[in-house]
Amino acid sequence: MGKFLVRRLVNYLVLIFLATSFAYLLAASTLNPRVNYEQLQPKPSQESIEMRLDALNLNDKTPLAQRYGTWLAGVAQADLGRTVEDKSVNEAVARKAGVTLRLIVLGTIIGCTTGVAIGAYSAVRQYKAFDKSATAAAFFVLAIPTVVIAVALQVLAAWFNRATGTQFLQYGGEYTANLDAGFWGMLLDRMQHGLLPTATLAIALFAAFSRYQRNMMLDVLNADFVRTAMAKGLTRRRALIKHALRTALIPTVTYFTFTFGILLAGTTFTEKIYGWKGMGAWVVDSIVRNDVHAVAAVSLFMAVCVMAASFLSDILYAWLDPRVRVS
Amino acid sequence: MSLSAEHAASDGDKGTEAGPGEPRVSGRWSAVFREMLATRRVVVGIGLILLLMAAAWIGPLISPWEFTERDFASFREPPSPEHWFGTDNTGKDVFVLTMVGLQKSIVIGLLAALLTTAVAAVVGAFAGYFMGITDKALMWITDLMLVLPSFLILAILYPVLRGQGWLVFVLLLAAFAWMVTAKMVRGMTISLKEREYVHAARYMGVSDTKIIFRHILPNMSSLLIVDATINVSGAIIAETALSYFGFGIQPPDVSLGSLIATGAGQALAYPWMFVFCTGLLIVLVLSANLIGDGLRDALDPQAKSRRR
Repeated sequence: MGKFLVRRLVNYLVLIFLATSFAYLLAASTLNPRVNYEQLQPKPSQESIEMRLDALNLNDKTPLAQRYGTWLAGVAQADLGRTVEDKSVNEAVARKAGVTLRLIVLGTIIGCTTGVAIGAYSAVRQYKAFDKSATAAAFFVLAIPTVVIAVALQVLAAWFNRATGTQFLQYGGEYTANLDAGFWGMLLDRMQHGLLPTATLAIALFAAFSRYQRNMMLDVLNADFVRTAMAKGLTRRRALIKHALRTALIPTVTYFTFTFGILLAGTTFTEKIYGWKGMGAWVVDSIVRNDVHAVAAVSLFMAVCVMAASFLSDILYAWLDPRVRVS
Repeated sequence: MSLSAEHAASDGDKGTEAGPGEPRVSGRWSAVFREMLATRRVVVGIGLILLLMAAAWIGPLISPWEFTERDFASFREPPSPEHWFGTDNTGKDVFVLTMVGLQKSIVIGLLAALLTTAVAAVVGAFAGYFMGITDKALMWITDLMLVLPSFLILAILYPVLRGQGWLVFVLLLAAFAWMVTAKMVRGMTISLKEREYVHAARYMGVSDTKIIFRHILPNMSSLLIVDATINVSGAIIAETALSYFGFGIQPPDVSLGSLIATGAGQALAYPWMFVFCTGLLIVLVLSANLIGDGLRDALDPQAKSRRR
């Protein structure tokens, strides 16, 4: 099994390298930082623009291959370059990655576990009231883009705050600026701010996973091994959890890998709409600002996240399916 | 699956067997059709989509306002008998805007889904059929494309896209959405190509490409149809998200996504600019999902709903 994971890991590293290179080349050829300087008032002299672009390795007159080489040499030394405003990309990544990771990890854990639990339980109670209402809810949520969920929650929160006359639900930014309320006060403040963005992600994930898990669970519910498990004396609940759910989780783990990219896109929208200064919001702003190195850095971050999720699901897969471990 | 297999096998040399005018025996597709009509979800979904299509194309015709027309007497007016959905910031009639946006969203969804499924079918079937180096190369490309979220790539491509019109946008939307389906198709191809009729065709000297298009792909039409339906909603949702950030449909074109983008900021003050387009989008995606989910049951001989 160790060998299996190592082989996957090497494969993932190659994929990360290629995907990030691809994103850099794409960004370097479509985004045009020169415009940023030419639009300045007063317009800087031609030489100073060239010098500035050369210093940042953003000059479109330098051949793309050469720019790529310079960028790659920097990345090899853990330097992701400078932004168009001549700030360190590394520092920005260090500041922003945590914001995004917190959102993703919390949202994923809450969304996936509730989705899987509700989906599995719906399958057991097929065509009962619980299943019907869960299915209806999932269908409804699946029809709403994450963007709309985020905006709708914001509108509801504003309405709620107005109705109750409080500021309980916060929907702008990550924390209240210049708040001095001690550790617990700060924590509470952050939780208030984090509630809606996390809920946005979790709701979208819950819908997808509950549908998928329900279908997978239905497939194994009447399988022989579940009957055998009950025949050998396990209670129905134990048989369902230990044998049926465990087997039904295997395809869901694969599904998780595929949906992780969509989840990252969802995080981008959520950050942007709730005004969180994370990687997702940064990439949207960077594309508008023609910031090639920032876009490449976010691509690297997302590629690493996707691969980490794949690796995690490989481990889960190996843990759930004994056949992988043996072979 | 076996039913459809026999059907396709007999379909292959229909030219010699079925004489002209011979009544067609009730086959797989009419059975599926009946099953489909018996599935309430599918009927409701198709009904809703037809209704939306009718509204989208007939609505602007019966409205007294033109798409480009501005009513300078009323900006941001709430719905009234004159402006059914109210007016927006520039005095445009929201009803006409929404219907034109709905048209575009429907067309984008259908086109992108069709393209996505076609690419996925070809890539998956070739990889699964030939295996070996073809499979390695194709699956490796698929994996590579799954590494970066398609949203990111499409957003980076936006400066190129800006001047190109919406058809290019549809092409790109499809170009970055086929990977997961292709993996499923590959899996099915691997099991299908061991079937007797494929062996028979191969020993008769039918070329590989012909086997793929005549015998393998038709036999997973259920999967492909269901997947195309699901891809419709996927494409519409992707379009909405991209347009929301200004990376998608560019003015003067409008889609439900770009309308939601303008309406979202003013959702509290002027709800009619947000509620109608969002509501229609949800109904549209919901009906596509209902059809897809219902079809999956209708086309799957092992569907759970039939074991009741």
